[in-house]
Amino acid sequence: MRRERVPIVVVVPAAIGAAFFILPLVGLVVRSPWRDAVTALTAPDTIEALKLSLVASLSATALGLILGVPLAWVYARVEFPGRDLLRALTTLPMVLPPVVGGIALLLAFGRRGLFGSWLDSTFGITLPFTTAGVVMAETFVAMPFLILTVEAGLRSMDRRYEEAARALGASRWRVFTRVTLPLIGPSLFAGAVLCWARALGEFGATITFAGNFPGVTQTMPLAVYLLLETNQEASFILSLVLLLISLLVLVGLRHRWLGSA
Amino acid sequence: MRKRIGLVVATVFLAACGGSGGTASTSPSPTSLSGYISVFAAASLTASFDALGTSFHKANPGVGVNLDYAGTPTLVTQIEQGAPADVFASADTTNMDKLTADGFTTGASRVFAHNQLEIVVAPGNPKGITGLADLAKRGLIYISEGPTVPAGKYSLQALTTAGVKVTPKSLETSVTAVISKVELGEADAGIVYTTDVAAAGSKVQGVPIAAADNEIATYPIVAVKGTKSSAAASAFIDYVVSGAGQSTLATFGFLPAS
Repeated sequence: MRRERVPIVVVVPAAIGAAFFILPLVGLVVRSPWRDAVTALTAPDTIEALKLSLVASLSATALGLILGVPLAWVYARVEFPGRDLLRALTTLPMVLPPVVGGIALLLAFGRRGLFGSWLDSTFGITLPFTTAGVVMAETFVAMPFLILTVEAGLRSMDRRYEEAARALGASRWRVFTRVTLPLIGPSLFAGAVLCWARALGEFGATITFAGNFPGVTQTMPLAVYLLLETNQEASFILSLVLLLISLLVLVGLRHRWLGSA
Repeated sequence: MRKRIGLVVATVFLAACGGSGGTASTSPSPTSLSGYISVFAAASLTASFDALGTSFHKANPGVGVNLDYAGTPTLVTQIEQGAPADVFASADTTNMDKLTADGFTTGASRVFAHNQLEIVVAPGNPKGITGLADLAKRGLIYISEGPTVPAGKYSLQALTTAGVKVTPKSLETSVTAVISKVELGEADAGIVYTTDVAAAGSKVQGVPIAAADNEIATYPIVAVKGTKSSAAASAFIDYVVSGAGQSTLATFGFLPAS
């Protein structure tokens, strides 16, 4: 096949578009003080923020799997009035400014919130300013990515395998765990990784709903933001760490998608 | 947070002039200054600088005033990263000294106000807080500004002077964030400036801090290096320090500069 020349009206804006994304990354890499990288990364505050970020984002992913996969299944398999509206509501945080999400969470689950005041008076549980609050904020913002990815996987899978298994006498639960889940494995994996990456980078909802305290609610993105005011070099290095993780996620997922295509 | 004073007001002003056919004005003769100035001011100055910006613009109709409010260290970072500020009003001398040392100011900074600390609680003071010592009560949610925010630093000093050991549940990024969380009922108490409590009106209540423990905050103001409207910028600074500016600040509860 003869390769057509790419028209210049496409190449120029495309190149500018690419540069727009790449230049900030170059800036970060160039300005990062590599010599101080080890010091910055092993500072107690950094380690604390890293640990908290890992724990919270993994918990958010686990919560996302437990609640999001059934939700995706309902969206893909059950016809009911208002399904599209419900799907829109449960995936709203994808486009909602995270700070707005944080305010909404406060009004629902805060100490004076609709549901939070009951939690407080009945069980003495308050969520703001706790690690559980961080997990909630992250789940709120990140789970929609998992829901949509898994739903797409469920819709595109070949349902005849499920029917065959049912016909051979397998229970619905057995079909779900032995047939459906393995078949949607790639989208399940992709959804979980996307959800995890989004949770790891969460800032707005976390600082609004959970606050900011080292070791309890100060995750990596919060530490990066605050370090910009006190120790810029350390903040550059931490940004770079988050950047590398995100890059790894995307490159890793690309493989996954190509492999399953 | 951002407020723009000028464009709209100027349009109304022109329309008024055109409509009345240029009748004599009773207001003081407008100066010949023109342009736009961007004032970066500490979050605790929000209400008072809104008022100062408006009255300054009235006296200098040719000058539009753009007001940007955030925690002082955030403003310093923004200016050092090239944000187009003409005037910087800080809530402490430490951040002012940092900006000066880094070479981002022009001329000496001038102190224009002082402020004091107060404990902010929900209306009616439901937890019965009477002083700093009560902040250490079990089950009470105390939040603070982060240690780089001037109010956070002053709070810590006041608590240390009073010998009160309390760990905040959260280190918020500005005074306004602390007040809004107390207002929302998520936190029981925080330490902010007396002026902030006054500005929040009936939504919160203040509990005075013993004079021996209280910290006096100093607010300096300076022109930012490289400003394109240096005449207007220094006119604004002069205005803030002037008698008129000082009396406006006093109405918001600030203590005089000298």
